[in-house]
Amino acid sequence: MSDPAQPGASRSTGTASRAPLLEVAGLNVLLKVNGTRRPALRDVSFTVAPGEAVGLVGESGAGKTMTARAVGRLLPAGAHVQGSIRFASTDIAAITGADLRRYRTQVAMIFQDPRAHTNPVRRIEDFMTEALRTNHGVRAAQARDRALDMLAQVGIEDGARRLRQYPHQMSGGMLQRIMIAAALLIKPRLLLADEPTTALDVTTQAEVMAILDGLRREYGLAMLFITHDLDLAAAICDRTIVMYAGQIVEVRSSALLHANPLHPYTAALAAARPDIAKTVHRLRAIPGHPLSAFEAPPAECAFAPRCAHTRDVCRATAPGLAELDGGLSRCARAHQLRGQLQAVPNA
Amino acid sequence: MAPAPSRGLALLRATGPAGIASAIVLVVAAFAAVFGPLLAPYDPNLPNLSLAWVGPVGGHLLGYDFEGRDVLSRLLAGAQTTMLGPLAAVVISVPVGTLLAVTAAWRRGASDAVISSSLNILFTFPAILLALLAAAVFGASLVAAVLALSAAYTPYVARVLRGAALKERTQAYVAALEVQGAPATSVCLRHLIPNIAPLIVAQATILFGYAMVDLAAISFLGLGVQPPTANWGVMISENQAGLLQGYPLPALAAGACIVLVVIAVNVLGERLFEQARVARR
Amino acid sequence: MPDTNGAPVLETAGLRKQFGDLVAVDDVSFRIPPGRSLAIVGESGAGKTTIARMIVGLEWPTSGTITACGHDRSEPPRSARDRRRRAREVQIVFQDPYTSLDPRQNAHAAIDEVLRLHHGWPAERRRDRIAELTGLVGLDARQSRALPRSLSGGQRQRVAIARALAAEPAVLILDESVAALDVSIQAQVLNLLADIRDQCGVSYLLISHDLAVVRQLTDETLVLHRGTVAERGPTARVLDNPQHPCTQRLRASVPRPGWKPRYVHPSAAR
Repeated sequence: MSDPAQPGASRSTGTASRAPLLEVAGLNVLLKVNGTRRPALRDVSFTVAPGEAVGLVGESGAGKTMTARAVGRLLPAGAHVQGSIRFASTDIAAITGADLRRYRTQVAMIFQDPRAHTNPVRRIEDFMTEALRTNHGVRAAQARDRALDMLAQVGIEDGARRLRQYPHQMSGGMLQRIMIAAALLIKPRLLLADEPTTALDVTTQAEVMAILDGLRREYGLAMLFITHDLDLAAAICDRTIVMYAGQIVEVRSSALLHANPLHPYTAALAAARPDIAKTVHRLRAIPGHPLSAFEAPPAECAFAPRCAHTRDVCRATAPGLAELDGGLSRCARAHQLRGQLQAVPNA
Repeated sequence: MAPAPSRGLALLRATGPAGIASAIVLVVAAFAAVFGPLLAPYDPNLPNLSLAWVGPVGGHLLGYDFEGRDVLSRLLAGAQTTMLGPLAAVVISVPVGTLLAVTAAWRRGASDAVISSSLNILFTFPAILLALLAAAVFGASLVAAVLALSAAYTPYVARVLRGAALKERTQAYVAALEVQGAPATSVCLRHLIPNIAPLIVAQATILFGYAMVDLAAISFLGLGVQPPTANWGVMISENQAGLLQGYPLPALAAGACIVLVVIAVNVLGERLFEQARVARR
Repeated sequence: MPDTNGAPVLETAGLRKQFGDLVAVDDVSFRIPPGRSLAIVGESGAGKTTIARMIVGLEWPTSGTITACGHDRSEPPRSARDRRRRAREVQIVFQDPYTSLDPRQNAHAAIDEVLRLHHGWPAERRRDRIAELTGLVGLDARQSRALPRSLSGGQRQRVAIARALAAEPAVLILDESVAALDVSIQAQVLNLLADIRDQCGVSYLLISHDLAVVRQLTDETLVLHRGTVAERGPTARVLDNPQHPCTQRLRASVPRPGWKPRYVHPSAAR
């Protein structure tokens, strides 16, 4: 069902030989808060190949939503962006006007709270077909047919009835499916999904994730999937990026992330979760609280105060992102800790 | 927590130059309202027809009005009635409106329906019409006009505050207090109302501005303050002939005072509300 | 804490709630013995929060009974004293840390208000008790005097827990109380809740759709489906060996290493 006219849309996942669809290099974002400029993202660099799903995992203040917004060109006014964001070899960080509208036809975003991003006084049909009619010049009747078709693909029966309804007449899960359908309608090449299932209960989450995963593969879309749930990211993403205090601390193929994490934070995060298969006397909680980019001291490892493996070297300089075992890790002791950081089940 | 006065000053500073300028205007106006009659350089009520419409000359900065009285003195003396009336209207309608809004929001259901419907009925009467009614019943006077305005404004206040009170009512902390067994009046007085206080204050200041204009209009129509009592609205009315005859200063000066105070009140009210909203969460 | 002589600290029988035509809760019965904890799980809209609200008196059952520490609470309290006594039996911590505290009140004042509601103690004794409670939940002096806007989500939840414990309840209802917290903070708060239970002997009624948290914190689990009890039993058994299709579906939906979401078309699932 992939559109043959769409370049780059194919069924295979990205390979190293193909040029990356999204290339973020040295991204620094500063936000204006109460008149002062504060860093929100520090030196973020990563790529997404065409058709590849990359997970972005972290806690509050990690910078994952900020990264997605930077890529989606949705940063708040007054945000200062340094570094480059290249989409299909074009730097999109500073484009405006017609160029920006053209970019938006290729990148779609799905948000955490569908109700906050739908107009409550417009029908679903208006919401779904708006982008097609205004940016792609599709006629209303044709747009409606495409919307109907897409609703069926996301598993919504009686789509004709749903199109005439208003957002408040549907549940959160249904509305999120409609958001996904609307995002896919414009046939983007990259999907930015910002915690799309966090507000849903676990069974609805599984359904929505399955739909998202299935359709994404079918259309050959690349995806940047943001979540705080390591297991969820690993379930549908080929690679996972872990962020902390506005920086990338680990990049790893999802399959290896649990078995062999490269950064103490990833291991600690996995270990802090309660286990559905058993009870423990005490969870391995990480002391302290997650830092935002502006709280992190610039000249040392941001995670050092909370890390169980800290040594002097960790506080001497800020570690860089270095390659190890096919992944990347921002840990000065990554080589020494190699193989010791498996997410040991809570004892 | 910082003590109230320094918090207030910090809030004021945060409203920006427009907010501070407005505050200054209001302080001056309040000063005039309290000390006006004492500050007036000349007797505001002594007519001298031979001096009627004479422009600014000598110690009379704004000249004389249609009866030969010093305009500046009349403005200073009139500040009292012009601003006390609106103040009284606000002091009556805001607490009553708040009480009705909070009761309706807290109890919801039937109580809310009854209160809202009654207020909607009262809403249909414009302030001027109620002033006419009050004048007919009690005779034209400031008191009658103030009562009419209070009745007209109460539903407005209640409607605006009801929405905010409802929203606050459904917050989890209110539920937590209910579960703790705190009595309703305690929760409303110590938690609900203080949390919608910025809105109440903003409403009060905006209403003060409306009341000034409405009372000036009511006095202009002869239904409020009766001449020869000095009042800015009455001054516009009694000096309006001068506008066409080439002696606009008395009427314009009175009008300018009203406009200035109303703008200052609106600007300050709006800025305070914004600041209080921003400072909250 | 009220003395129950071994009788259940919380018990419901045939609990039912109807909103017009919609039956939100139907024939739900359970009991929590002293010192034990129960979880109620289920999908959104299954009726879990409605049950919690009925138990604390924010809603009233259409029929059925609720008994806490031997006292019936199926109907509105008849006096302020009655209301306060009920508050000392069951308390609740809500999900959203950002709206569960009065933004104008710091932790110290919030707990003080609760203490003054329930006891006629002098200021000195209240101060000591507040220090005990804030220490128990891991808040330092600065945090207990700070306004909520200066506190993080995890810290605010600690304040909410301290406030609830100030009434010394026999039962503490945790309505998705850790769902909005970061993973690392959630672990801290879960450990805290376990410590509190050890120290104070309070029983938990946990409403959650996070099955891992349920496993960690509770002894028994009730699975709710469309307002009725689909399955119940010891937590370990219900999660390891679910019997009801609804529970099985719930269990199968939890992400874990190696898990892949599988979409079952709604018409096939019926």
